[in-house]
Amino acid sequence: MFLDSGDLQAIWLTIRLASIVTAILLVVGTPIAWWLARSRSRWKGPIGATVALPLVLPPSVLGFYLLLAMGPNGPVGHLTRTLGIEPLPFTFWGLVLASVFYSLPFMVQPLQNAFEAVGDRPLEVAATLRASPLDTFFTVALPMALPGYLTASILTFAHTVGEFGVVLMIGGNIPGATRVASVQIYDHVEALEYGQAHRLAAVMLIFSFLVLLALYAWRPNARKG
Amino acid sequence: MDRITARFHVTWPGFTLDLNLNLPGRGVTAIFGQSGSGKTTLLRCIAGLERAERGFLSFNGEVWQDDRTFLPTHKRPLGYVFQEASLFPHLSVLGNLRYGLTRSKAEQRVSLDHAIELLGIGGLLERKPERLSGGERQRVGIARALAVSPRILLMDEPLAALDMARKQEILPYLERLRDELEIPVLYVTHSPDEVGRLANYLVALESGAVVAQGPLAETLARLDLPIRLGEERGVVLEGIVAERDERWHLERVAFPGGSLWMRDRGLPLGHTVRMRVPSGGISLSRLPQQDSSILNTLAGVVEAIGDDDHPAHSLVRVRIGESVLLARITKRSVAVLCLQPGVPVWAQIKSVAVAQ
Repeated sequence: MFLDSGDLQAIWLTIRLASIVTAILLVVGTPIAWWLARSRSRWKGPIGATVALPLVLPPSVLGFYLLLAMGPNGPVGHLTRTLGIEPLPFTFWGLVLASVFYSLPFMVQPLQNAFEAVGDRPLEVAATLRASPLDTFFTVALPMALPGYLTASILTFAHTVGEFGVVLMIGGNIPGATRVASVQIYDHVEALEYGQAHRLAAVMLIFSFLVLLALYAWRPNARKG
Repeated sequence: MDRITARFHVTWPGFTLDLNLNLPGRGVTAIFGQSGSGKTTLLRCIAGLERAERGFLSFNGEVWQDDRTFLPTHKRPLGYVFQEASLFPHLSVLGNLRYGLTRSKAEQRVSLDHAIELLGIGGLLERKPERLSGGERQRVGIARALAVSPRILLMDEPLAALDMARKQEILPYLERLRDELEIPVLYVTHSPDEVGRLANYLVALESGAVVAQGPLAETLARLDLPIRLGEERGVVLEGIVAERDERWHLERVAFPGGSLWMRDRGLPLGHTVRMRVPSGGISLSRLPQQDSSILNTLAGVVEAIGDDDHPAHSLVRVRIGESVLLARITKRSVAVLCLQPGVPVWAQIKSVAVAQ
């Protein structure tokens, strides 16, 4: 077998994590991006900067704060205790939550650009054609921003796959729960299993290249939409 | 009769709009002015796309805006045509037409078929907007606004983005709308030609204020206001083709109070024609001229005399039955002919143009 069962488990976990994070961010990122694209509030700057923070912060910094928040004395920790759920650090769902924050700008920024490109006019036209604001969003803004949704989803998925620092801070290295592909490669290297590290690294490299290729090949068409 | 009452006060940096309008609830009302006069802002306020900080708007007694109420755009029974057609790019022509249709709960006063037929877009229904010409796009935009069966149609310079040929392509459709639909149309434009051709009622704006409003012919014939359609002042007369002279290739257009002979344009008898009579193309005399090449001489009475731009010129308003003409003649001629209100005169009309 080209990859061993540990590798396959890590890949499966990575795909599961990236899919769930992408799905959550599609729901969470849409209203944030819409607000950032449409609002003239003075909070637009601070909120936009906050969303963009994970782009520049070292993952260890983000992971550190998230770990504190999810810990027994943090707000998230309080919440999980009140709800009677197991603490989030070093669990798959803790990793999901951390990744949602970490990948947020990769969802929000392309969506915000797409919504800004739609502009005011189509929304005004829809209003004069009796569509309520919510109706307008789903029948005009969303279809017109569809290329942006594809870009945002691909970037979010790929970026989550590429996570490492935050995973180590929040999730550690638990097989089947938090040991994603990037951590698995790290393990192989630490254990001097260069052959296995090579194979998994090659899979990651090819995957990343294909994702970006799809994105760039698709973009020119997106412009027309 | 239905009426539209609109009072708006808008203050933006460098721009104030302060209007008090009482518009007829039928026919085409042209809102005419240069760019920056506030005409588009007025239309957007009426549509609810812009919210005047102080305003009152009622349509046929229904209040759309006052101190407490602000009916959102999607609840106002209006149709809106934007300067650029602004079709939804992700929908076909038919999808665009149906978008508003399925959402308007109003009784169907204008059927989709009728709108398609009125604008002549039956052959385009399956196409995507990107595959339409500019003129076709705007026709679809107009049909889309009509398909919601609006009780008032707002049009914001619908022809301004089109070239001359495309304008000529669409104008006949607009005339059909005016003549066949029973809904009032507010038509924003800076084009004198479009006013002359389409409007029944005129509102002239300047720097956010109304400088004149009234029925078109009456307003154009006012001496105290600097309203002009194009280079010079003049009036618009509406008449019908009453007679054809095959031998001389002429047709006679009868208007309330008289008639004018024009070049035969092959229009059927009974067809409505709008004629622009520029004031520089009229001369006045106290006696009928017998040996003149001028075809049209009308008997009238001087109603008023005012100043034109140049100190050498006067503007003389001459009543011809129920209609009025505006003649620009020199002050010397006014003195030599002893013209004053009440004096009967003969108006020789050198030029008449069909409004188009």
